[in-house]
Amino acid sequence: MGIGLIAGLQQELAVVLIVIVLLFIKLGSDRYRTETILGLVNVLLGINLAAGLMMAPTQTVLFGGGFHTNELIILEKNIFNLGTLLISLQAYDWLKGHKLALEFYMLLLSTLAGLFFMISAGNLLMFYLGLEMSTIPLAALSNFDLEKRQSSEAAVKFIMSSAFSSALLLFGISLLYGATGTLDLGTLAASDDNLPLRMAGILGSTGAHALLVFAFVLLLSGFAFKISVVPFHLWTADVYEGSPVPVTAYLSVISKGAVFFAFIQVLYTTFRPLARDWYNMLVLLAVLTMLTGNLFALRQDKLKRLLAFSSIAQVGFILVGMTGSPTTANASVIYFILVYLFSNLGAFGVVAVVSAMTGKEGIDDYKGLYKTNPFLSWVMAISLFSLAGIPPTAGFFGKFFLLMSGAGRGNYVFISMAALNMVISLYYYLRVIKAIFMDANDHPIGRLKISLLPAIALMVCVAGVLLTGLLGWVYDYIYSLSANF
Amino acid sequence: MNLSLFIIIPLVTAVAVMCCRGLRQARWISLAGSLGQLLLSFVLLFRFGQERAAGNSSRMLFEYRHSWFAAWHIDYHIGVDGISVAMILLTAVIVLAGVLVSWNKGPWSKEFFSLLLILALGAYGFFLSLDLFTMFFFLELSVIPKYLLIGIWGSGRKEYSAMKLALMLMSGSALVFIGLLGLYYGSGHSFDILQLAQVPISAGVQRTFFPCLFIGFGIFTALFPLHTWVPDGHSSAPTAASMFLAGISMKLGAYGCLRVATYLMPDAAREYAPIIIVLATIAIVYGAFATMMQKDLKYINAYSSVSHCGFILLGIGMLTRAAINGAVLQMISHGLMTALFFASIGMIYDRAHTRMVDRLGGLLKVMPFISTIFVIAGLCSLGLPGLSSFVAEITVFIGSWQHPGTMYRLATILACASIVITAVYILRASAQTVMGPVKDPQFSVLTDAAWYERLASILLVAGIVVIGVAPFWLNDLLKPGIDAFMVHAGQTGLLK
Repeated sequence: MGIGLIAGLQQELAVVLIVIVLLFIKLGSDRYRTETILGLVNVLLGINLAAGLMMAPTQTVLFGGGFHTNELIILEKNIFNLGTLLISLQAYDWLKGHKLALEFYMLLLSTLAGLFFMISAGNLLMFYLGLEMSTIPLAALSNFDLEKRQSSEAAVKFIMSSAFSSALLLFGISLLYGATGTLDLGTLAASDDNLPLRMAGILGSTGAHALLVFAFVLLLSGFAFKISVVPFHLWTADVYEGSPVPVTAYLSVISKGAVFFAFIQVLYTTFRPLARDWYNMLVLLAVLTMLTGNLFALRQDKLKRLLAFSSIAQVGFILVGMTGSPTTANASVIYFILVYLFSNLGAFGVVAVVSAMTGKEGIDDYKGLYKTNPFLSWVMAISLFSLAGIPPTAGFFGKFFLLMSGAGRGNYVFISMAALNMVISLYYYLRVIKAIFMDANDHPIGRLKISLLPAIALMVCVAGVLLTGLLGWVYDYIYSLSANF
Repeated sequence: MNLSLFIIIPLVTAVAVMCCRGLRQARWISLAGSLGQLLLSFVLLFRFGQERAAGNSSRMLFEYRHSWFAAWHIDYHIGVDGISVAMILLTAVIVLAGVLVSWNKGPWSKEFFSLLLILALGAYGFFLSLDLFTMFFFLELSVIPKYLLIGIWGSGRKEYSAMKLALMLMSGSALVFIGLLGLYYGSGHSFDILQLAQVPISAGVQRTFFPCLFIGFGIFTALFPLHTWVPDGHSSAPTAASMFLAGISMKLGAYGCLRVATYLMPDAAREYAPIIIVLATIAIVYGAFATMMQKDLKYINAYSSVSHCGFILLGIGMLTRAAINGAVLQMISHGLMTALFFASIGMIYDRAHTRMVDRLGGLLKVMPFISTIFVIAGLCSLGLPGLSSFVAEITVFIGSWQHPGTMYRLATILACASIVITAVYILRASAQTVMGPVKDPQFSVLTDAAWYERLASILLVAGIVVIGVAPFWLNDLLKPGIDAFMVHAGQTGLLK
């Protein structure tokens, strides 16, 4: 049991171990050099990633089915380890001058551990625990620009909306439990066909169905809040804008991605019998989300807000992919999240570097950036092209497969809406490109000296954006793991 | 023969250009790369002819297939028939000419050249592709370089034009994308053109997705009323980019209409033919009249491109053998002619710093060479016998006339009549700019074409004249491809 426990929980334990090491450093001494600590943490995160990649693929079930892991879940966790490492590297310039760098990492890594537990959750209780474990430190992280009022505002907004969505989730979970007597995702899934029937004894089949749909809608709303699906997106832009850039990046890529993994599992296991009901809901939400995100993004003046709305639109595209058949939906969503991680972190990485060194975050400030900082400009351009879905970047493949997966159901009106949204989104990405490459500026951002660590992170992002798509086996690998999903 | 070289060479050249320093290195590397590419195209032509002469009658030659996304049955699949060989030759000539006319392009010359080469890469890949996914990949690849080329190095309302072009072409790609998905799911999960041609595609799928594909590709080739990006885009673009846009990029759309939409869904093509023909005729006539009103030389050529590309769509819409043949000839002829036209306009603009017809005049006295090629391009545009357009247009007209319907006849007559309008605007423009006394005394100090400009022009003129005098060479090259196309179009008759 002991060995099995360690083997199954390897990735979670590694993250927690780093937190504990940091805690001891904090307890041991106040007089550490921030740079040293940052270097150490990044090395530890690198080792963590390497260990995760080398981990033997195991299929483990722990805690009476509450926690399970398999090759696909290990891959998902590795993706997040990579993302966390990249964000941590990009945060270097910002944290260098920050008094509480250690605390930043403790909070960040607890969040990550929470997300890991959530992804691996075998029942809804574990899922909820993991989610909350990640949410509360995240709220604290949003407030990490301690002197800025905006940052505190972001934290308050985040905690309020999270609390509300958690309440919705809990309500949905409790309804489900009341109706079926179990929280176990596997059992709920196994009882696919007879689940409504079992309740029919109490409620009659229509009533049972209605109750189930109601529970689903509550759960869906909870999820929708976390992944900022319209109309539950209102917190997103303000929180993204107010939080420090690395935290925004983390929120938009990692926490969102993890909730997507959990969401797709719940959708395709527990709620598969309801597919007819939720298909239309998802279609509607996807269209709304894409349109709203894109239309609001059109007129933003701040890059962070633009990226916030663009990330809402991207969620809409992911929802398009989710409407497909289980295997293609799962594979294309996970693939897209990997692609999205590279592209979005590339864009946020540039914002992080520029913001940490100059404090400028407006699109107008980026005018003429290419003249002074060609490297940053190309990273930004490639990342934005990837977000817009332009070949040869991986974003093209990601979007293509999401829409292809969605088209498998034969709803071409819906796919046309998605394609139209790709065109709309191109406009605002090109606005940024135009500012960087074409517009003249009397006071452009000066030549920035990029530190080694952020430079590495940016190069990894660019490499990821350029290679993930062209190398077809990445998708095929994810697909093969999803095949028995 | 390894066709992937056509994609690798521009890529390597583009990367090399990005790594070098200064204009001098950038242009020599680009020249070397595009010259190599042209030689390679001739090697391909030669080898292709050899294979065909040896009796190899397979549909596509030099095929290469590599599994790309096995889960979706997507392959990197390339191969050529006569039509693609001709298009590749056209691309190689125009890219080389484009590099030559941009010889002193600054600032940011290395970015300029590498974007141009990436554009070329997209075109080569597109013409080589036998897999719709690969094809779509290359089609979209060429959108952003165009945006950057126009937006950074353009003139006039460049940002507006660049954005308009990018958004309209993206909309075109989006439609193509929907059409591709429809084909994929409607035909047994394949993107392979050769395989799709074997599968009967149901009437419903054809009816729904043919318009998506045809309009999508049509936007690229200035299908009325979605042609509005053409005048703005072409006139704002720097010379090499205009040459590429009008010479090759518009042909991507035409090639897509032919090889994807019409080839794979011939029944729907027949059903929608009247609409295509009406739109094409409007484009021809409207484009010609719109050209008459233009004062800017680049706008003149841009609107006349709308009119001339109408002939391509007209030929495709008619679906007779001669008309299709004429459409393909027109693709190549218009590519060369319009590139030459834009090149000469660019040379004039570089020197006189104006493109307004009423401000130019008497250029023949100051720059005889440039004026001559300008006139040659103009004469080609109005279809002078001995030059390529004559061959192409007359083939289209003969093919169109073979269609017995009254409406088709009417369309043919209107299209023929537009030639007269073409003559009006071309002759008027050349008379006002080239002939007569030197209008502005400042013009008298201007220099004639430099060696690189002469080389570029001679290259393009040679192409025009060779096709015009000896069209049978090109026709022999195209014949098997068009025959196969017609056989396929005749075989299926689901809708009848």
